[in-house]
Amino acid sequence: MDRQKLQRIGVTAASSVAAVLFALVICGIILLLTGRSPSHVYQTMWDAAGERRIQYDAIQRATPLMFAGCAVALGFKMNLFNIGVEGQYRIAALVTAIVGTRIGFLPAPLHVAVELAVACICGAAWAGIAAFMKVRRGVNEVIATIMLNAIAISLAAWLFNTYFRYTQGNSQNVTTRPIPRSGWMPDIVKDQLNGFFIVALLVVFAYWIVVFKSRFGFRLRASGHNDVAAKTSGISSKRMIVTALLLSGAVAGFIGMQQTLGDSHAYSSQGFVDGIGFLGIAVALLGRNHPIGIVLSALLFGLLAASATKLGLIKVPQEIVQIIEGVIVLSVVIVNEASGRWVDKRTQQRAAHAVEHHLTQQGVTA
Amino acid sequence: MRYSKRLRVASLAVVLGLAAAACGSSAKTTSTTATTKGGTATTAATAGSAAGATTAGSTAGGTSSGGTTFGGKLPDCFGNPTGTVTKGSKAGIAYDTGGRGDGTFNDSAARGADAAKTGLGVTIDELEAKTGDDRNPNLTTLSGNGDNPIIAVGFLFETDLLKIAAANPKTMYGIVDDVPPGANANIFSLVFAANEGSFLVGAAAALKSKSGHIGFIGGQDIDLIHNFEAGYDAGAKAVNSKIIIESKYLGAAGDNAAWTSPDKAKEIATGWYTSGADVIYSAAGGSGNGTIDAAVAAGDGKWAIGVDSDQYLTATPAQQKHILTSMVKHVDVATYDTIRAVGQGATKGAVCTFSLANDGVGYATSGGYVDDIKAKLDGYKADIISGKIVVPAK
Repeated sequence: MDRQKLQRIGVTAASSVAAVLFALVICGIILLLTGRSPSHVYQTMWDAAGERRIQYDAIQRATPLMFAGCAVALGFKMNLFNIGVEGQYRIAALVTAIVGTRIGFLPAPLHVAVELAVACICGAAWAGIAAFMKVRRGVNEVIATIMLNAIAISLAAWLFNTYFRYTQGNSQNVTTRPIPRSGWMPDIVKDQLNGFFIVALLVVFAYWIVVFKSRFGFRLRASGHNDVAAKTSGISSKRMIVTALLLSGAVAGFIGMQQTLGDSHAYSSQGFVDGIGFLGIAVALLGRNHPIGIVLSALLFGLLAASATKLGLIKVPQEIVQIIEGVIVLSVVIVNEASGRWVDKRTQQRAAHAVEHHLTQQGVTA
Repeated sequence: MRYSKRLRVASLAVVLGLAAAACGSSAKTTSTTATTKGGTATTAATAGSAAGATTAGSTAGGTSSGGTTFGGKLPDCFGNPTGTVTKGSKAGIAYDTGGRGDGTFNDSAARGADAAKTGLGVTIDELEAKTGDDRNPNLTTLSGNGDNPIIAVGFLFETDLLKIAAANPKTMYGIVDDVPPGANANIFSLVFAANEGSFLVGAAAALKSKSGHIGFIGGQDIDLIHNFEAGYDAGAKAVNSKIIIESKYLGAAGDNAAWTSPDKAKEIATGWYTSGADVIYSAAGGSGNGTIDAAVAAGDGKWAIGVDSDQYLTATPAQQKHILTSMVKHVDVATYDTIRAVGQGATKGAVCTFSLANDGVGYATSGGYVDDIKAKLDGYKADIISGKIVVPAK
């Protein structure tokens, strides 16, 4: 690895860390202004982060974020902004929960495998609508996916309410029929850490291989960087758009699986954890679309949220964590801009230096 | 540098998304609570001064807050414990998204918690779920913190509560508005006979209606709200079997906007008022405010009926002239009673139904608009309590 590459990695990593620190400082100021001790708040969160249970919880929360981060990053790599992750995982979760109850005759590993395949297909299919609209009609994917999110929520609510609702006794907790045990994703630590964490790591690894190590990934990144140049060298950008969005949707399909197959073992309209698609954008941004970055930022977001649950005990509103997350995203942009300029300047200087050096050498020989 | 431009657009979207998520969570609150009235909950500021508020017993030394008297006779489901509450013992409240200050259901639980703090001298630990992911950790944290009892505010806690209650058999839990499946030795199900309270406001609507034409607006189309409608219909028909009752739901199950769309409710209510209806009851969270506004706009003789809290107490003077009564659901009393009962030694989980019989639900008399029919309403109330009238639940 040459010096330049090392330097670039160093700058990128440092700027992400700087963004997080910057966010902590800003929130410290907010806490001070509201008459609370930042050190006490951060100490409480730090202590909480040392607890085994909170760590498991952090990983549990990070798991869907890793899927979401990869899904968004896949789009980013092709210069596409898949804001529709939200709708894609909702549709996937509903359909998977329904299919999961109907294939109970399958043995355990196969049952889960089929469920995951269904989730991927549903996510991809829902994203595919946006892809189709983009390549056929030139509809901007941002607009299309935002609209598809709204449609997904209503469609899921209608399907669920009309055909698939199920309740036990006097319970108000309306869900789809429970998925038989063979269709559950087993826990690593009972009720605390689900097996989907492993799946998430595998998906991130696959993301790395596909995007950074395969010929397809090279084409994808090339089209994302410079569409015209890629076209000139024979890469069909339409094909890349469709493939990238389908893959992105397929990965998005995994997001709701931990809840559906690992926790509630059914789909519920009202208990559904939403908003992960948006957080996924933050994770991809902070992680710079890099697999390791995505894992680390997902874990960071998970840990922040998990340790914040203790803040209620010292009467500090947990909203502070949402502020931290928001500021992190903003500072990522600011710090990235600054470090980008710095790297550009360095590159220019080096180039100028090299040219100068070259000229002097020529001058000497001439 | 095209990437950084993209990055800027993306981050803007994230910030908007986070903001949307923040708004979304407050909307979700009401879905959990499903029966509440947005933005108008009574607060401790009105403690004791509430005219005509229903009471939950009248034992001397009871605490009063938000028009509710605490410290009446405990419902039998708690097993009539006889101990005394240890001062400084800890009780936990796990709010759902929205938490304290949501103006509805969580706030009602908070009033009960506050009353327990001042009235019983217990320490209250409160954790609020920011997202669905927080429910389990919050219950676990409170359990690990030594809180007993721990009250989960809303049926969305069910799945998590079942796991955690099983893991902590020595801690007592309460869950509002839900009966979790199975035999749960350490869970009190705190449920409300909303149909009974709704029966009375339905009767009031029919007695006050001059046109023989009334309406019902529900939030999400879910069983919890069907329960309100069923009682309301039965009450109205008990008075006038030929009465015309309009009915509409603002959204399907899971459509959380249904609880926060006063504009939709207003549109529907305006249509009904115009076509001759003169009393409309809404069980639709914050959307119910739209019904009240529609009644104000429709003019004299048009009434709205509030839900959950006594909405008259927090309405504007113009609105007050159109709030006939409210169906009051005492989540605060349920919360307080659970803390008190467990403090006194209750150790056997059960289903506690807060009904007309124990003043867990009722109708509000603020404004004096139902004073002339109070005798009739109390007659129905007595008949329901005695079992002479059986109010349908669906």
